[in-house]
Amino acid sequence: MEKNFLARLGDSGLYILTDLGRMAIFLLKALRGVFRRPFRLKELLRQIHFTGVGSLAVIFFTAISTGMVLGLQGYYSLSKFGAEGMLGSAVSLTLVMELGPVLTALMVTGRAGSAMCAELGIMRISEQIDALDCMAIDPFRYFITPKFLAMLVSVPLLTAVFDVVGITGGYIAGVGLMGVNPGSYFAGMQNSVTNHDIWLGIVKSFVFALLIVWICTGRGYFVQMIRGAGFGAESVSRVTTQAVVLSSISILVFDYLITAVLL
Amino acid sequence: MTPAIEFKSVTKTFSKRDGTVQSVLDDVDFSIPAGKTTVIAGGSGQGKSVTLKLVLGLMQADSGQILIDGKDVTRARGRVLEELRMQFGVLFQGAALFDSLTVFENVALPLRERTRKTEAQIKEMVGYSLEQFELAGHEEKYPAQLSGGMQKRVGLARAMQLEPAIMLFDEPTTGLDPVMTQEIYHLFARTQANFGFTSVIVSHDIPKIFNLADQVIILDNGKMDVFGSPEAIQWSEKPHIQEFVKTTMGDIYQSHLVEK
Repeated sequence: MEKNFLARLGDSGLYILTDLGRMAIFLLKALRGVFRRPFRLKELLRQIHFTGVGSLAVIFFTAISTGMVLGLQGYYSLSKFGAEGMLGSAVSLTLVMELGPVLTALMVTGRAGSAMCAELGIMRISEQIDALDCMAIDPFRYFITPKFLAMLVSVPLLTAVFDVVGITGGYIAGVGLMGVNPGSYFAGMQNSVTNHDIWLGIVKSFVFALLIVWICTGRGYFVQMIRGAGFGAESVSRVTTQAVVLSSISILVFDYLITAVLL
Repeated sequence: MTPAIEFKSVTKTFSKRDGTVQSVLDDVDFSIPAGKTTVIAGGSGQGKSVTLKLVLGLMQADSGQILIDGKDVTRARGRVLEELRMQFGVLFQGAALFDSLTVFENVALPLRERTRKTEAQIKEMVGYSLEQFELAGHEEKYPAQLSGGMQKRVGLARAMQLEPAIMLFDEPTTGLDPVMTQEIYHLFARTQANFGFTSVIVSHDIPKIFNLADQVIILDNGKMDVFGSPEAIQWSEKPHIQEFVKTTMGDIYQSHLVEK
């Protein structure tokens, strides 16, 4: 029997509420895993290596090109007002407060977040998670909590790397190619970037890390319960795409919210 | 005889997107005797795997009780549920081996996570059981490097590590060739003779699987029919069971009806 519009609306509302509730319980269980023994240090290190060390190259190239573009664009805009000396300040503030955390989070979502979602999705459809449950091994403590911790450690560190490499990229383009005074590049940066700005960047990177790992692992874990995802390999691919899109949008929305509240 | 598992008025339904409700188990009562082999058979989509998931607490029943040693698994949570699950060994349909772990690590996992045994003891125990299941020499391989039959044997070795009182097998021979299927059946018979566990086999490999059965349960449209022996199925007067026998085993098994 075909449902009418109101029934479908109510149905969707119920589904969204159930999904949010499921995800909230998932987050609580993952965070509770931090305090449950025995700690899985080896798995944590493996995950940090995968998320952190594995993302270094992509972060490096994104950061250097972003920094260089900022250097060129900044020089072009500032030179119209004869304010080339402000280039260091413009590049560093943009990177530390905004582009560093956001672009790092987006790159990590694409590289590590999607992989985590697909891994959990495959584990779910091939009954590996059920097998853990049946052996009375808590899947959260066993491999989900280490992913949370690894992401919370890696993303802020990668953001710091992004900032440093990006500022160097801006230096190469602005000072090396366009001839801005090196002293004024660094002086401008030191004068304008305050502790508050750095703190804002760090807060953002922690929040983004939590969003990425929560959405990506959560979607993968519940792959069979997600409406419209289909079955088998197709469901994993759809849910992984959904996780990456959801994470990216959440990062951009929360970027605005955090900036609006903390700036 | 005390039952190992008891279903009391268990109902499980699934609601579909178009608003209709499919009843998988409809007020079902049955018990599984300890130390025996029970085969649950039925067509595809009749809820055989769901029944196993209900027993393990991986799914919740809508109503009714599922008792394991007198404890209700439908109400169990946390530690109690963990303790109930510790009594089970499960061989999943696709073996459910952990892709990122080697054969050795897969079999050692329950020992490492659930016991306080030393690494040396674990190595000895795993080595012994790999030998029992003819898997010696494959310790360092990953599941993807094994054939379907070998994966099932690793799954069985892993499920047996904590010496469970009840073994659950979900379609143990799906995707295996006839020779491998026969080999798995021999393995069942041998391990059960050695360990004396209660076993529940969900399968549609009829009639071969009946050779192992002490009790057969046929699942059809949410109802269960329990038979004390595989032979008893053929003597059933119920039309849907006669139809089941005819479609799964062929006319030859119904020759008694002609004689009557």
